[in-house]
Amino acid sequence: MKHSVVSLTINGAERQMLVAPGSTLIDVLRESQGLTGTRRGCEQGACGTCTVLVDGKTAMSCMLPVETIEGAHVETIEGLTPPQGLHPIQEAFLQGFATQCGFCTSGMIMVAAALLAKNPNPSREDVVRAISGNICRCTGYEAIIDAILDAAVRIRSAAHAEAA
Amino acid sequence: MARLKGRGVAAVNYPTGMNLGGDPSQALIHATTTGSFVITLSSVDLGQGIKTVGAQIAAETLGVPYESVMIDTADTDTGPHCMGTFASRGTHRIGNAIMMAAKEAREVMMCVAATELEVDAGDLVTDGKGRIHVNGAPDKGIAVLDVALAAHFKHGKTISGRGMYLKPKSEVVPETGEMDPDSCQAHACTIAEVEVDDETGDVTVLKMTNAYEIGRAMNPALAHQQIVGGAWMGISHALYETTEPYYPNRAHGPLDFSEYLMPGPGDIAEMDSVIIERPSSNGPYGAKGIGEMTANSPIPAIANAIFDACGVRVTSMPITPEKILRGLDALRGNPN
Amino acid sequence: MEKIDTSFFAKEREAELSVVGESVQRADARGHVTGRTQFYEDVTFPNTLHLKMVRSTRHHALIKGIDTEAAMKVPGVVRILTHKDVPNNWYTILKLIGVGPDDEPVLPEDRVLFMGEQICAVLAETPQAALEAARRVVVDYEDLPPVFDVEAAMTSTPFKKDGTNYFVYEGHNCRRIRFGDVEKGFAEADHVIEHRYESSPIEHAPTETTGCTAKPEGNGRITIYSNTQALYFTLDNMALILGVPFNKLRLVGGTVGGGFGGKVDVIVEPIAALGAMLTNRPVKYAYSRAEEMQVSSPRAAERIYIKDGVMKDGRIIARKITLYVDAGAYCRHSTYGTTKAAAHMPGPYTIPNVHVDAYCVYTNRTPSSAMRGFGVTIGDFALESQMDQIARFLDMDPMELRLLNAYRDGDMKAHRKKVDGAALVEVIQAAARQTGKQLAPRFAKMSSMTREG
Repeated sequence: MKHSVVSLTINGAERQMLVAPGSTLIDVLRESQGLTGTRRGCEQGACGTCTVLVDGKTAMSCMLPVETIEGAHVETIEGLTPPQGLHPIQEAFLQGFATQCGFCTSGMIMVAAALLAKNPNPSREDVVRAISGNICRCTGYEAIIDAILDAAVRIRSAAHAEAA
Repeated sequence: MARLKGRGVAAVNYPTGMNLGGDPSQALIHATTTGSFVITLSSVDLGQGIKTVGAQIAAETLGVPYESVMIDTADTDTGPHCMGTFASRGTHRIGNAIMMAAKEAREVMMCVAATELEVDAGDLVTDGKGRIHVNGAPDKGIAVLDVALAAHFKHGKTISGRGMYLKPKSEVVPETGEMDPDSCQAHACTIAEVEVDDETGDVTVLKMTNAYEIGRAMNPALAHQQIVGGAWMGISHALYETTEPYYPNRAHGPLDFSEYLMPGPGDIAEMDSVIIERPSSNGPYGAKGIGEMTANSPIPAIANAIFDACGVRVTSMPITPEKILRGLDALRGNPN
Repeated sequence: MEKIDTSFFAKEREAELSVVGESVQRADARGHVTGRTQFYEDVTFPNTLHLKMVRSTRHHALIKGIDTEAAMKVPGVVRILTHKDVPNNWYTILKLIGVGPDDEPVLPEDRVLFMGEQICAVLAETPQAALEAARRVVVDYEDLPPVFDVEAAMTSTPFKKDGTNYFVYEGHNCRRIRFGDVEKGFAEADHVIEHRYESSPIEHAPTETTGCTAKPEGNGRITIYSNTQALYFTLDNMALILGVPFNKLRLVGGTVGGGFGGKVDVIVEPIAALGAMLTNRPVKYAYSRAEEMQVSSPRAAERIYIKDGVMKDGRIIARKITLYVDAGAYCRHSTYGTTKAAAHMPGPYTIPNVHVDAYCVYTNRTPSSAMRGFGVTIGDFALESQMDQIARFLDMDPMELRLLNAYRDGDMKAHRKKVDGAALVEVIQAAARQTGKQLAPRFAKMSSMTREG
């Protein structure tokens, strides 16, 4: 089987790439784009570590053959990070001691970004449901849930300040 | 059918450092030209936080701001030997090595400062904010930055230090087991509150109250991370996890996270944790190790709470719904 | 968040500190939240070969032959490594500090002792080609009877080629603790309470699986980017296995996506480096999640019998412990862990008569090794379940039973080291305080620092 050319918009920039048959999105992001912030956890679609946003929705990039998402908009942790400072979700994770080894963090933050884009005022249960596909072995989840709720407050108050 | 509540307690101790000792670690520290300090190690951060706590210990000993200390782990070409990250040894062993290195570096720094200020080094103190001054006379002082510049470009001195910590190996007396296995012991007590569904055998851990004695808590937020994460692992070990569900039969081993069960974010318990401090005699600033022990008291506390709730004593881990239901059947006189 | 109760040990706590004791921000958090923290897998090299392992499908068998012909024909396959390629074919983790025995080959020569044991390593241009070729390697086995139960293993015919199914501690078949006279204690006790406890193996499950990339350098050295928990363990063992001077190797790491003890073994690095030496190309060997779960060392299963002599008032006057650590097929760190388990007994209690037999037993399962709480976690499950059973039996408050027996400064432990810096009493008092529980006055004012009260 031959390689094919796939076009994606990755973190706002249009990219064309030559991919081997069956290449997954995580392969492309990490190996051809150098976007190593997306971490490889299980390659079985069962830990959420490699979560990115595809057209605004969460996707486990280890399970997604890249040829099937031609033309899609992909956002990774690198795209979420603003040029200066941190995104409010990142700030909330940092201030809330919501990282330990840091390996699940990118996936957790991307899930949180998708949740808060859709639901700016989530309940604790909403947050739990949103991250229920993401495994963290260090924290016991409590600090992560708190950080996402804190991020929602940060984003809402920033929006208020902008409106005022 | 009912949901039965119960409460259980467990109390434990845990040794700091490799069993029997013989596990050295080293650290090197040097100042840059502008008064930052670099700690060179070959030690590993698994998420427990040695990069953070090590920098705190160095900053404390040097008397400089935490932000001016950097740890860039780990490389065997540049970092001196470290036995490794295990056995709750990092903060104690590496921390002691860093403290020793920082003391040596501080001595040079104070000497250079004394020369620059034309005073006796013994009269100088650090303010922890980047300045060195004469004790009692904050105006008569010099910035650490200027001390580092002077050391490099005027005096030709390296502000640096070497540190090593070793608890010599204890040999076991084979007949009696006489030995010195630990540097110190940390302690914990957990009270678990659970609910057992007597129809499904399902256990919900409602609350865990934890009290920890860990010597001096170097960074209470990081210690808290270990307590909360470890309590979660305790729930997980107690109720869910195994690679061999029919041990000692080898069949049906899980191969992925949909088969290897662990509690999700929806299964976590309310936590109320407190730290008390009895500084150790041999840890840096009295530290003991906390990294490993935090699942240990939760597991039996949950087992004991399950008994309290439903009268079933499960003596094998994990305590699965199947084992609880079999126990309930036995209590009711039903054959299994 | 974190709470410190400063009312305990107030005098001992006194110190003038500025940074130590403060909850300063994690030095690595900013890297974590931006995805910029560099883990071993983030360092990549062009021309890297991928290593996939052919693994035993049998619990215990002789290897009659290995046929790699079909595998070598898979496009992209470069080389297949067997035991013949390994210069010194022993993996003995603590060899450099004199702890043996040599019982585990890096790649097996004539037999496999557990299902999943690595047999030969396929190096290929892509992970897919390596996997495909690994499937096409044909291993001819002759099955031998496996043993899975620790107590059965103690008495069955040894499956270890040169020895017993248990580790021999200086002439003894177990690590022993002997303190006082337990039989006399049992005779004097009002009650004897005996129970059995057991666990099954547990996986570390770090979100990042074990792995490394070995890269040959222009100067003839090899740099290994690894997520080991112990860089020098790895370097030293690799040098011994590869038969190269220690300074030919350089380990780079230190930032690891969770370990919990699972990354203390030195399994992936020696073979990856051997592949790099033999092909002069970078070689990556990373466990799949399935390998991490079934092939990497788990926390050992343990079986623990506790027999206690107890007085009516709750004092435990004798404790006899028979403990079996299921080391699996090879010893790795289990001999160490078993001694640590013995040293931990009889728990944080002062008991005048203690007898411990801790056996490190081999069975035909995945070798176990270190995990968070190594040698202690399962022991604590047994000890503290036992304490609860005693409290129930005597109808005593479980906290007060523990306080009555708690070790305190100056007591002698069973392994004959004097207690110093004890705080079991205080953590129980603190937990009672948190939950609003009233302890009897005698226990409320008890202190670890004195034997009075």
